[in-house]
Amino acid sequence: MGLRDSLLPAALAAALAVAPAAAQELTGTLKKVKESGAITIGHRDSSVPFSYLDGSQKPVGYATEICLKIADAVKANLKLDKLEVKLVPVTSATRIPLIANGTIDLECGSTTNNADRQKQAGFTNTHFLTATRYVAKREKKLDTIADLKGRTVVSTSGTTNIRQINEANAARSMGLTILPAKDHAEAFLMVETGRADAFVMDDVLLASLVAGSKTPDAYAISSEALSKPEPYGIMLRKDDAPFKAVADAATAALYKSPEGKALYEKWFTQPIPPRGINLKLPMSEAMQKTFANPSDSPDPASY
Amino acid sequence: MFANLDFGVIVSSLPYLFGQGMVFTVTLTALAASMGVVLGTLLAILRLSGVPGVSHLAKGYVELMRSLPLVLVIFWFYFLVPYIGAWVVRSPTPIQVGAFASALVTFTLFEAAFFAEIMRAGIQSIPKGQTAAALALGMTRAQVMRTVVLPQAFRNMLPLLLTQTIILFQDTSLVYVLSLTDFLGAASKVAQRDGRLVEMYLFAAVVYFLICFTASSLVRRLHSRVAIIR
Amino acid sequence: MNYTWNWGIFFEPSPEGTGTYADMLLSGLLWTILTALASWAIAFCLGSIVGVMRTLPSKAARGFGTAYVELFRNVPLLVQMFLWYFVLPELLLPAAGAWIKQLPNAPFYTAVICLGFFTAARVAEQVRAGIEALPRGQRLAGTAMGFTVAQTYRYVLLPNAYRIILPPMTSEFLNNLKNTSVALTIGLLELTARARSMQEFSFQVFEAFTAATLLYVLINVVVIVAATFLERSLTIPGQR
Repeated sequence: MGLRDSLLPAALAAALAVAPAAAQELTGTLKKVKESGAITIGHRDSSVPFSYLDGSQKPVGYATEICLKIADAVKANLKLDKLEVKLVPVTSATRIPLIANGTIDLECGSTTNNADRQKQAGFTNTHFLTATRYVAKREKKLDTIADLKGRTVVSTSGTTNIRQINEANAARSMGLTILPAKDHAEAFLMVETGRADAFVMDDVLLASLVAGSKTPDAYAISSEALSKPEPYGIMLRKDDAPFKAVADAATAALYKSPEGKALYEKWFTQPIPPRGINLKLPMSEAMQKTFANPSDSPDPASY
Repeated sequence: MFANLDFGVIVSSLPYLFGQGMVFTVTLTALAASMGVVLGTLLAILRLSGVPGVSHLAKGYVELMRSLPLVLVIFWFYFLVPYIGAWVVRSPTPIQVGAFASALVTFTLFEAAFFAEIMRAGIQSIPKGQTAAALALGMTRAQVMRTVVLPQAFRNMLPLLLTQTIILFQDTSLVYVLSLTDFLGAASKVAQRDGRLVEMYLFAAVVYFLICFTASSLVRRLHSRVAIIR
Repeated sequence: MNYTWNWGIFFEPSPEGTGTYADMLLSGLLWTILTALASWAIAFCLGSIVGVMRTLPSKAARGFGTAYVELFRNVPLLVQMFLWYFVLPELLLPAAGAWIKQLPNAPFYTAVICLGFFTAARVAEQVRAGIEALPRGQRLAGTAMGFTVAQTYRYVLLPNAYRIILPPMTSEFLNNLKNTSVALTIGLLELTARARSMQEFSFQVFEAFTAATLLYVLINVVVIVAATFLERSLTIPGQR
């Protein structure tokens, strides 16, 4: 006991200097993964193309693949022969409590990384940038935020977007009726079936919902945005530095390598399951910069 | 209108709807019902025990559960179970509980309150003379409960317990709010993916109706039989 | 436990800009009560009619009553909610469907109708049980007095039956109240939905749900006390 105590500071310094974690005292998520031999990834139902269910109801997507890379890195870091990857469906509303209460270890989807959420959860390097806009039926001729005055709009509960539209509604006294939907598919359905005039969401998700709909030409996305482009990050538990270090290293390496660009192109510029839709969203300049210098900053201004 | 309905979407998604969705629903119902009956019986015995603290606690639990909407209870437990688990096994961090396990705990604990009320009525329906006679024969209280009161109470209450289980079967559809894939969850996922709401929701309603109607008809027949024996 | 409690959260302004989190929950409570009362009005009237039909001599009436009860009892409430909200407007003429969808507060009206029809099946069962629990002699006596069937029900059977079934009706009323929370799936901003929004905006899961729980318990207590008074004031002196 005494010997170990005296050696501890030295061992700690050494462990922090060298990345492999197997030799040191494991804590947090890494310890849990090592003990259980399993890592749990939270995925979404309908965050196309980040994390959604394909034709056979298996979770796929751009963020899902990034999470699997992180799982590989964790496996290598812990020197495990086998790592079971468990997949748990989450919604916008349940994802943060489920990260906090340990049900899931990583949340891969389209989660906006902002300062408020950093109080509840940690985020790895940004994997996408998107602004808040809305989609409406083209025939309704809605294009600016002011056009929405007095109308019924829907947004997904638990998102930053519903918060932004609520704040805009209060600040500009727009008289909106704001309905919360369980997930993006349900929210879009409200617009499709005429239950709501507009769906307020991250523009990339709106574009993919429109592209995947029965009549893509019938919808228009607003030109005015409610927010600056905001970063998406993979969510993990807060104050778990060793696990975050592994995840950050894995994502940084992926984004900087040609593999990262290929992964982006696979999901944004090529046909994707289940119906072979092509989103045709080549990498923006800001995204190229983000991939060259991976960052986990929640500040939209830094991108 | 009906002209542009496409019922083919149902056929192509049958394996998913039943293989995954219905299996989830039925497994959850069966496990939650059997565990709920056991826990409910225990609660009923505790409530009738007359031991001051214990019977009040059991009563309070039953009344609390019965005054809350199931949806709220589902949210509560979904977020709370990992903390409870951590407390049970004395772990410093919340333990991981899968979606199914979490739903199972929720429904077991919630339905136990309803089963407890049924079992309480069942136990009270057994004439006091029987207990007195058994005690006079030198049996212990536990023996009286196990060999005299409970077997009859179960038998008398079987139809009500089964009816409650049918309600539970319908209630499991509420895991929809957590995006779990029960039968309705599976149907709504297909509905939203393919934009075939009308067909899928009508189909789900028909399936639920056929199962519940058949089951409740069987329970009614059982009820008349039990009544005759009694 | 790595959870930061913050009970002061209720007095912080909600991002909706219309007040504090406490105001948000109270507006949810109001919608819950409003939905429960409106749907109960439908359920009570419709349920009484269906329940009476099940006890009438006419075979057709009994058949209709039975069919109604079986239909609405054997489909989960959530599925019924979806049928009213998503399926019904699509099966109507496009113009009628569009009109329904454009209604302001559509989730509220849908929830009221859905719960009304759903609970009516349960009320009908209670009413039928109440009428069947009366001695056969009462019906016969009514007929012997020269009452029509309608008069027999109005003056003899129903006043007695409603008194008998007051306790189970109270619990049906409470069930109906709790079932309003299912309407959060179609966008009704009732108490559970507001507690969930509060949790999402503030991340204070347990405070939000604790407050909702206490409010539900409070309504339950109020209803039970009110029902006890009602029962006492309706008792016929000397009966039982």
